[in-house]
Amino acid sequence: MFFQEEFETMPREQLRELQLLRMRDTFKRCYDNVDFYKKAFNGAGVVPEDLKSLDDLRKFPFTVKQDMRDAYPYKLFAVPMDKVARIHASSGTTGQATVVGHTAGDLARWGECFARGIRMADLGPGTVMQVAYGYGLFTGGLGAHVGGEVAGCCVIPASSGNTKRQIQMIKDMGVELLACTPSYALLIADSAIEMGYDPAVDFKLKAGIFGAEPSSDGMRREIAQKLGIRYCDVYGLSEIMGPGVAMECGHGEGLHFAEDHFYPEIIDPDTLEPLPDGEWGELVITTLTRECTPLVRYRTRDISRIIAQPCSCGRTHRRIDRIIGRTDDMLIIRGVNVFPSQIEQVIAEVPGIATQYQITVGTRGSLDYVELAVEMAPDFVFDEIRQLEGLKKKLAAELKSNLQIAVDIRIVEPHTIERSEGKAKRVIDLRKNTGTIRGIGK
Amino acid sequence: MIKQLTVFLTNEKGRLAAACRVLADAGINLRSLNVADTADFGVARIICDNPDDALQALQHAGYRAAITDVVAVCVPDVLGGLADLLAFMDTLDVNIEYGYCFVNGGGNAIDILKVDGGADVEERLIEAGYVCPKAEDVYNF
Repeated sequence: MFFQEEFETMPREQLRELQLLRMRDTFKRCYDNVDFYKKAFNGAGVVPEDLKSLDDLRKFPFTVKQDMRDAYPYKLFAVPMDKVARIHASSGTTGQATVVGHTAGDLARWGECFARGIRMADLGPGTVMQVAYGYGLFTGGLGAHVGGEVAGCCVIPASSGNTKRQIQMIKDMGVELLACTPSYALLIADSAIEMGYDPAVDFKLKAGIFGAEPSSDGMRREIAQKLGIRYCDVYGLSEIMGPGVAMECGHGEGLHFAEDHFYPEIIDPDTLEPLPDGEWGELVITTLTRECTPLVRYRTRDISRIIAQPCSCGRTHRRIDRIIGRTDDMLIIRGVNVFPSQIEQVIAEVPGIATQYQITVGTRGSLDYVELAVEMAPDFVFDEIRQLEGLKKKLAAELKSNLQIAVDIRIVEPHTIERSEGKAKRVIDLRKNTGTIRGIGK
Repeated sequence: MIKQLTVFLTNEKGRLAAACRVLADAGINLRSLNVADTADFGVARIICDNPDDALQALQHAGYRAAITDVVAVCVPDVLGGLADLLAFMDTLDVNIEYGYCFVNGGGNAIDILKVDGGADVEERLIEAGYVCPKAEDVYNF
């Protein structure tokens, strides 16, 4: 089911013309109204008129997270304050907060982008939708909320937390669509099971739109099975807009990128050169219709690839593959690059191990070590030590052969690993010289 | 077969005490406790007066607990009693995963054995003249 069929199925040639038109307009608005862009364009020796084709985009400078921090709070706004309808901001826990403004038009288009994903799940008017993303400065809650309203759903603004009440509402109010982070979806599923429900049977849930953190195939399967739903991935980031930049149609792998509003590139994060479709690299986004905070070649630090093959759903927008990690989540362990999502993938394939995990990276002497805390699956038979030792050995061997890293495995008691109501904290890096997660990103 | 309560515990100070407190609060009386420990975790194997209630209490408190079927055999509390039993088990061609004993000074010991691969071990022990006590008798030993 389409929400805006004309745009979602626009022929590629026509779409590229529209993209060029909108990109030129964006660049002009950036250059004329935002000092930062005027200086950046001048520094790179380009003016908006140099964009004669989409291929010329590579001549234009990148924008990075630090530029947004430096612009705190309003220096990247391209419209006067009387046109700004809403502000969202990052938490700022890792530095100065990044502030993103939205005009009324920006908010309307955001709602439409998210609504497309709801229609992809074959839901809309008549659907009761529960939004269990946090509401507030974080874009998850309000983004999904407005998307639900625009799609014609009846929206329950549950926000995150109070899991038992969430479950009660899902049951009592006949909720068919749940929107939250994957880790919270799993917590809801597990809590409902602990409360004595079989969510797949006892609830009316049909689909879930889950995003804001990466999740492995195993975790997707587990959530879909336990809740008895179709799992729909959503991609977005607050700098660009929020959830809805790309959404999963369920017909093929990956997520349709809203190409009439955003232009994706994949670059090599080391050379910064654009890569051909299909190759993995850092996702770079140029906004095409954003009015308040347009961004030119914003480096998302998310690792993905573009899937250009036509999709059987009929949408012409290219897809991005599921995000496998962030350039700055990447752990460098004894010289080997590892994404937490890859570790999660391996865990999901080993029977007897539950999906929750926590990775601790530290230093012993001069060498890095990785400790992985996991819980055993509820049906694992554990009265003999050798069963538990065997489980540890199997997981260690899988990690070694798949990721070439040696990991100390610790099986811990249930509920030792923190279940998250928002984004799960999966990695703790104790290495002194970094303090936080080591990475290649800036 | 009798029911052994099996509890998974992280090898950290106070974990066993906390689990035992849960059982005490639930009115469970322990007959025997055996802990198999490794560097990072331990498995506590418990014979108690009410394994089903004990399981529920522990699970409710968030512990990873299970019921495991084990064999109980009465052995005279004399020199070589256990050695004779194990020599006989050897002839049955079954593997003993683990075992432990408890005595109460009444002339008999109860040996608890987790046996791999012999559903009929109990019958064969009885055929050979061993006494396998009733579950209730072990729980209330």
